[in-house]
Amino acid sequence: MSISVRNLNYVYNPGMPGETVALNDVSFDVADGTILGIIGHTGSGKSTLLQHLNGLIKPTSGEVYINGECITDGKVKMTDIRRKVGLVFQYPEYQLFEETVRKDVAFGPKNLGLDEEEQEARVKKAIGLVGLDYDEIKDLSPFELSGGMKRRVAIAGVIAMDPKILILDEPTAGLDPSAHRDILAMVRRIHDEMGIILIFVSHNMGDIAEMSDRVMVMSEGRVALEGTPAEVFSQSDRLAEMGLGVPPAREITELIKSKVPQFESEALTIDGAAEDIKKYMEEARG
Amino acid sequence: MIRDITLGQYYPGDSLIHRLDARTKIIATLLYLIELFVVNNFYGFLITAAVLFVIIAISKVPLKFIFRGLTAVFLIIAFTFVLNLFMVDGRVLWHWKFLTITYEGLSRAFFMAVRLVLIIIGSSIMTLTTKPVELTDGLEKLLSPFSKIGLPSHEIALMMTIALRFIPTLMEETDKIIKAQQARGADFESGNLFQRAKSLIPILVPLFVSSFRIAQDLALAMEARCYHGGPGRTRMNEIRFDRGDAVAAVLMLLFLAVIIASRFISF
Ligand SMILES: Nc1ncnc2c1ncn2[C@@H]1O[C@H](COP(=O)(O)OP(=O)(O)O)[C@@H](O)[C@H]1O
Ligand SMILES: [Mg+2]
Repeated sequence: MSISVRNLNYVYNPGMPGETVALNDVSFDVADGTILGIIGHTGSGKSTLLQHLNGLIKPTSGEVYINGECITDGKVKMTDIRRKVGLVFQYPEYQLFEETVRKDVAFGPKNLGLDEEEQEARVKKAIGLVGLDYDEIKDLSPFELSGGMKRRVAIAGVIAMDPKILILDEPTAGLDPSAHRDILAMVRRIHDEMGIILIFVSHNMGDIAEMSDRVMVMSEGRVALEGTPAEVFSQSDRLAEMGLGVPPAREITELIKSKVPQFESEALTIDGAAEDIKKYMEEARG
Repeated sequence: MIRDITLGQYYPGDSLIHRLDARTKIIATLLYLIELFVVNNFYGFLITAAVLFVIIAISKVPLKFIFRGLTAVFLIIAFTFVLNLFMVDGRVLWHWKFLTITYEGLSRAFFMAVRLVLIIIGSSIMTLTTKPVELTDGLEKLLSPFSKIGLPSHEIALMMTIALRFIPTLMEETDKIIKAQQARGADFESGNLFQRAKSLIPILVPLFVSSFRIAQDLALAMEARCYHGGPGRTRMNEIRFDRGDAVAAVLMLLFLAVIIASRFISF
C-alpha cells in the first residue's frame, strides 16, 4: 500500500459567506508500513485532509492515489476505498449506536457484506486488537463503558473492516493520562501486528516523536514541513512561528545545553535524553 | 448536503431589511403567510414573487444562497406536486392504468408547489436577515401582553433562541456522524424505503445522545451564570421601532390590499 496526494485544494462553502480555503496545494507521499504523524494548529486543515484520503470529501481540485489508483476521479466504488482506508474520527465514541458492543463493532463488516461467521471472526479479532476481552464485553451496552473503553470500541469498529491504511484523527484527545498511554500503545501494536500504514494526528509532540517514522506539519492549509522527526524537530524556530513546540525531551536537552555547553544530545524521546545525560555524566566523572 | 438547509440561518449584512425591527419582520412574515393562503390564482403569486424579489434585492442576500435552501426541501415540494397531480378529479389529460392526470390536477399541483416555494423563501428571508437573538427578543416583546393571562412568553422566547442557536451545531454534529458512519461503510442512498429508514438509526441514535449531552452542558453553564428566568431581566440591546418600520408596515398593508384585490382578477 502507498498513498500519493497531488496538489490537493479544498474550499468549504465556495461563494458563500464563511468561504474557507481549508487545503492549499497539498502534496505528499506515504510509503508502505510507515507511521506518519501529523501536527498543526487547530484549523490548519488536518481533519479536512484526512477525510480526503478515504473519499468522504471530494477535492475542489487535485488527486489522491491509494496504491496507485486514483480515488478522486469518480470512477472507483466508495465501498472499495472504505474497505482499504479506515478513518477514525476525533471523539469516535460519539458514533456508537448499537445495543451491544458486538453489534456495534460488527456494523462495518456487515456493511461490507460479509457473512455472519466472518463478521464474528472480525469482531473478535478487532476487540482483541484494541486490548479488550471479547467475552467480557461483547454483550454490554457501549453507552455504559468508561470514556477510554468507549473509544477503544469505536476504534475496533473501524479495525474490524480490516483496513490496509488506518487513519486516526486526534485519537488521544480528551483522555486522562493513563487512557492516553493505553491508546497510544494500542495504536502502535495494531500497526505492528497488521503491518499497515498508520496516520495519526496529535498535539502532543512527545507522542509524535516517539511514534512516527515521518512527521508532517500543516499550517494554514499547506504542508509547512515534512521529514523524519529529527529533521522536523530540528527546526524549532519555524515550529514556534506556527505556534507549535518541540517534544519535552528536546526542551530539556536544549535547556541543559544552554547551561552546560559541553553537553551534546539530539534525542527526541525521554529515554534517549536520559541515555545522553547518563553518558555525559559518566564521561564527566571518568 | 445537510448544510444546505438555510431555513433558520442568519446571513450577516447591514441592509434596510436587516435593520428593520424584528417585530416588524415577524408580523410582516405572518401577514405574508396568511396572504399566500388568500391568493387564489397565479396572478396573485406573480405579484407576490415580484414583491419577494424586490425584498431579496434590498436585503442583498445572494439569490444563490436562498435557492440553496430550497434544494434541501426539494423532496417535500416534489412529493406535494406528485400527490396533487394524481389525486384531483376533473377533465382527464392523460391516463395510464390506475394513474390519471387531470387538467385540474396539473393546475393544482403547480399551484401548491409554487405556494410551498414561496412559503419557504419568504420565511427564510426573515431568518436570513434577522439575528436569532433579535428574532426571539422580538417574539418575546410581541407575546408579552399575553403573559398577563399566564403565557410564559419569556420561556417560549428562550426555547426558540436555544433551538435556533443549536440548529447549526446539530447540523455540524449530524454531518460528522454521517461521515463517521460512512467511513464504516454505511450506505444511506440505496435500498427501498424501509431499508433507507433503517439506515438512519446509526445517525439518529448518536444524534440524540449528543443532543442530550449538549442540553445538559448548556443547562449547567446557564445555572453557573445565575440564570433565573424572566422577571427582572434587562437586555444589552433594546429593540426599537422607528421610521423604517413604519414605512415597512404601510407597504405591507398595501401589499395585502393588492393581493386581496388580485382574488377578483379572472382569466
Ligand atoms: N464543515 C465545515 N464547514 C465549513 N468550514 C469548515 C468545516 N470544517 C472545517 N472548516 C474550516 O476549515 C479549516 C480547516 O479545518 P480542519 O480541517 O477541521 O482543521 P484541523 O483539523 O487542523 O483543526 C478551518 O478554518 C475550519 O474552520
Ligand atoms: Mg481536526
